[in-house]
Amino acid sequence: MNPVRKKRLLIILAILAGVGIAVALALSALQQNINLFYTPTQIANGEAPQDTRIRAGGLVEEGSVKRSSDSLETDFVVTDGAENVTIRYSGILPDLFREGQGIVAMGKVNADGVLIADQVLAKHDENYMPPEVMQALEQSAMKQKHDAATQGGAQ
Amino acid sequence: MSNLMNWTWFHKLGSPKWFYEISGRLLPWLSAAAVVLLAVGLVWGLAFAPPDYQQGNSFRIIYIHVPAAFLAQSVYVMLAVAGGVGLVWKMKIADVAVQQAAPIGAWMTVIALVTGAIWGKPTWGTYWVWDARLTSMLILLFLYFGVIALGQAISNRDSAAKACAVLAIVGVINIPIIKYSVEWWNTLHQPATFSVIEKPAMPLEMWLPLLIMVLGFYCFFGVVLLLRMRLEVLKREARSSWAKAEVKAQVEKSL
Repeated sequence: MNPVRKKRLLIILAILAGVGIAVALALSALQQNINLFYTPTQIANGEAPQDTRIRAGGLVEEGSVKRSSDSLETDFVVTDGAENVTIRYSGILPDLFREGQGIVAMGKVNADGVLIADQVLAKHDENYMPPEVMQALEQSAMKQKHDAATQGGAQ
Repeated sequence: MSNLMNWTWFHKLGSPKWFYEISGRLLPWLSAAAVVLLAVGLVWGLAFAPPDYQQGNSFRIIYIHVPAAFLAQSVYVMLAVAGGVGLVWKMKIADVAVQQAAPIGAWMTVIALVTGAIWGKPTWGTYWVWDARLTSMLILLFLYFGVIALGQAISNRDSAAKACAVLAIVGVINIPIIKYSVEWWNTLHQPATFSVIEKPAMPLEMWLPLLIMVLGFYCFFGVVLLLRMRLEVLKREARSSWAKAEVKAQVEKSL
């Protein structure tokens, strides 16, 4: 490569590195604002802003979904394993909403620490599988549970 | 001397006539591969692959969405590389590649965004959410629009080429942001399902048709890009003797 071309190549690489560093700094400064939602731990630690609409995300805790008998109101607990947030939502939940599913709820936290949501979105994970595989997995999990229970009973 | 030898193939690539000959020989093979791969991938993916346990049949949009999104990002990287080659080596063919690839990349981005929105409504419960992945993909679309607009707006060909190349190179920073957005930040969009190097998060009977579709989309892009570039090369070289001879031969063949 002749010197002129080498110089031009170096200038381009220098521009790219400069812009890259600038963007990286800007993004790391905006780190928190780019996150779509706050985790229950962040809300419990007071990292989420008060008195404003926020998004909370996490897994719907097993056995926590309570549906009202005379309205569309649903109460459920979202967890990230460490902390919990109770969410109240009145409306039609997405198809993928179920216990154990990742969700993102948008709303305001009231005085009791309950997030009154006006939008609930289901978060899909990256795992795809055919229904038969899922059934086989569930069966083997149930079998393991069953085996463990019978073994426990025998001891 | 040996140093000179190594670069000859590269400089040859910059010759419009040589490009026209090579691409003409490559096109039939690439077209055949694209047709076969897309046909097999579409039928397999849309009709024969098993449905997903949670999403049912709506997951099948992955067979369009993922290849389009892959291509949208790859084409932008290609724009940046071609732009860099154009700036450093002053190769005219590099500018032809940038100008002709940009609209294809923009369309692929549109396809990825639209199919994603159609899938998002039943799965997430919303067409659009301003999370990092979706927003950075929208920025990619605007970058494509920028490259196309710059190329059209500046009438001097060399200045237009330079401006487009610089925008393409600076904009390439957005590509790693798109790729890693789902890992760096909390997003609604899930991490990548399809991977060639890592173990994919889907069984083989879902993954194989997706692989075929991705390869098919790349071949399709190759075909469309070469066709567009060949036409543009003929237009730009209209005054050269080889281009005149070629056009004459084509006209006589069609008569």
